[in-house]
Amino acid sequence: MDEIKIFDPNEKFNRIKIVLKLFDDIAFPHSLSPNRDVNSSVAIVGMGPRILEDMGHSWEELMLMVSTNQDRSAFKQLFNHFAPRIKSFLMKAGADPTMAEECSQEAMATVWNKAKLFDPARASASTWIFTIARNKRIDAFRKIRRPEPDELTWSDGMEDAQEDALELKQQSEMLADAIQNLPEKQRQLVEKAFFKELSHSEIALETGLPLGTIKSRIRLALERLRHAMG
Amino acid sequence: MKTDGKIKHHLSQDLLMKYSSGTLCEAFSLAVATHISMCDDCRAALESFEAVGGALLDVSTPEEMSVDSFESVMALIEREPAEITEPASQPKSDVPSALSGYIGGSIHDVKWRPIGLGVKQSLLKTSGNSTARLLYIPAGTAVPHHSHNGNELTLVLKGAFEDEISRFGPGDVEMADEDLDHQPVAVEGEDCICLAVTDAPLKFQTLVHKLVQPFLKI
Repeated sequence: MDEIKIFDPNEKFNRIKIVLKLFDDIAFPHSLSPNRDVNSSVAIVGMGPRILEDMGHSWEELMLMVSTNQDRSAFKQLFNHFAPRIKSFLMKAGADPTMAEECSQEAMATVWNKAKLFDPARASASTWIFTIARNKRIDAFRKIRRPEPDELTWSDGMEDAQEDALELKQQSEMLADAIQNLPEKQRQLVEKAFFKELSHSEIALETGLPLGTIKSRIRLALERLRHAMG
Repeated sequence: MKTDGKIKHHLSQDLLMKYSSGTLCEAFSLAVATHISMCDDCRAALESFEAVGGALLDVSTPEEMSVDSFESVMALIEREPAEITEPASQPKSDVPSALSGYIGGSIHDVKWRPIGLGVKQSLLKTSGNSTARLLYIPAGTAVPHHSHNGNELTLVLKGAFEDEISRFGPGDVEMADEDLDHQPVAVEGEDCICLAVTDAPLKFQTLVHKLVQPFLKI
């Protein structure tokens, strides 16, 4: 048994590009290209919700202000945007308003406490905050252990970090816009499939839609998202 | 991690979506986290689903917070100042850290129990109705022929097995459901170790296995 060696934690991982690839192996080739026309995606972003609420700094910049300077006013802007949305996510997942309020407060405290772990080259602010809200949900609702993948040890320098961060931020904004532009019914189904602890057949019961319709709507919605990203 | 970048059988999109949204049970989450530790493709796919979650969060209709909620959060932060939040360095193990916590360290620490024909298993303690276990299948040996009441996910950690569907090597995942009636055989040359997760008991085909099944807890 002594020779058994399945896994070497010191082995260097290749840095992976975070690819917004949904539901099959066809990635979004355009969003991967380093020569992508930045202006075209900016134009799309400009129509999105971000601009309306823009207070001069992106969420990512505000996160960095929190992590480097413990900047309370930056944190307050993040709080004003994300806390009510985390509450909404938790209520969709089945929490009553009191519990959802409490958990979203705790999630925001975790955002402050773990701000130093936020790396804009690895995740956009909304993605990172989502993972914190999700973990809070698992703690609060299910009280189970959540096995986590090993952290990647980045193998080379951070020379691409800024480019990666910009690309992630743009992809994240495009994704949010694409979700907003989904037909309402499709968006609701994706939300249910994603946020609620329901199988497709339970969604069928709840919405009264036939199972085949639900599966094809979800597939169609994800197709549209992928198309919007390309 | 001896996968040589040759992982051919990946996690289903449905499993990745449920894991990313936090709705997957512990036993299946263990298999997903272990596979992702070995598979950069599925890690990228997971991060994509997390980005979908972030985007859904970003565009969701806000629920009004109570009037003093920001002050409450600041008070909470003052009361419980940040711990050192750098991730603790993972203890050295020959399996991904998601799994090592369940087996008491490394593969050498697993407490195996024989289940016949040289095949051994070790049940892992997880909450909920699903069951996770490690299987040790000597090279060239078959796991008893069985079908499934529910879903079974098998992740190869070492060696390889073949069944009616394909060949599965280190890092590969096989998903089986009610419709699959299969007999995995560990390929010659190396003993095979798998992490197997089921959401319902397996159905063995022979009377003897049906009789002993309640005692084996598989």
